[in-house]
Amino acid sequence: MFKKNLLLLLGVIVLALLPILFLQDAEFGGADGEAEEAITEIAADYEPWFSALWEPPSGEIESLLFVLQGVIGALIIGYYIGYMRGKHTKDHAKH
Amino acid sequence: MKQLLPKLAYFGIVLLFMPKQAYAMHIMEGFLPIGWAIFWFALCLPFLVKGLQVIRLVVKENPESKLLLALSGAFTFVLSALKIPSVTGSCSHPTGVGLGSILFGPFVMSVLGSIVLLFQSILLAHGGLTTLGANIFSMAIVGPFIAVGVFKLSTKWGLSFSVAVFLAAMLGDLGTYVMTSVQLALAFPSEVGGILGSFQKFASIFALTQIPLAISEGLLTVMIMNFLQKYNMRELVQLRILKVKES
Repeated sequence: MFKKNLLLLLGVIVLALLPILFLQDAEFGGADGEAEEAITEIAADYEPWFSALWEPPSGEIESLLFVLQGVIGALIIGYYIGYMRGKHTKDHAKH
Repeated sequence: MKQLLPKLAYFGIVLLFMPKQAYAMHIMEGFLPIGWAIFWFALCLPFLVKGLQVIRLVVKENPESKLLLALSGAFTFVLSALKIPSVTGSCSHPTGVGLGSILFGPFVMSVLGSIVLLFQSILLAHGGLTTLGANIFSMAIVGPFIAVGVFKLSTKWGLSFSVAVFLAAMLGDLGTYVMTSVQLALAFPSEVGGILGSFQKFASIFALTQIPLAISEGLLTVMIMNFLQKYNMRELVQLRILKVKES
């Protein structure tokens, strides 16, 4: 299983790296700015009628919060994997 | 039709030669007319109510599965935090709802996915509160239902477990963004091509950006399933995902 998963992970990394390697002059921006453009292109007179209650004050703080979100998730996944492995080997040692 | 083709070709060429940030994530705050915002909220409600009931039932019948529920939620949490570069020269993120959908069914994921979307709209200004209903519908309802449907069909057709998981997670991810394009097209039909015209425009951006990410999500979901197959086969059998017990 370990080898198989390593191979799958390699696939994920390659998929993320290829665009960076081949599209040298791309911006790799996020969504928000361009989204407004795409919509105003179609509906020129549309005014967003509500804006976010709170926005991260800077890009750095936004990335902090995104990392935090990822860390919380990864922590739980890591805990689960460790717990199940431990349980598995303990159960099998008994027999 | 005659006018449409050159237009599509034009957009294709523009996309190829001017790779810039495309628009491939959740619908932003305030960017759906109020009628549509309410409509999508209303459409989500029954799914969420049913989802809460199913979660209560699952936990009651099988308290051990709480951990697996946590894993499913954590998986979407991680995956929707990962903004990954794509072939269109922009970034988007996977949804991660495929795993939990295969394990617990689509309704459970509609609740877990909503939590993630709520978190992102309040703390990250990503997505939005007014567009929450629409985003829940695409990511936490359409995505999971496609994933479960594809998984069931694939196993019925005799595809291997890993291939079925891969296809389910990948197409669920892709389906989410196709649904987002539909939602935007319905709210913003273009003057020339109508709803179909804007759908083609939104989807041509979405689909392209999301394809490699959807593949990544498929691969990552298979990784977790591989682990579960090795260390938690019992629960997979219990949830009736795998019938045959392998060694």
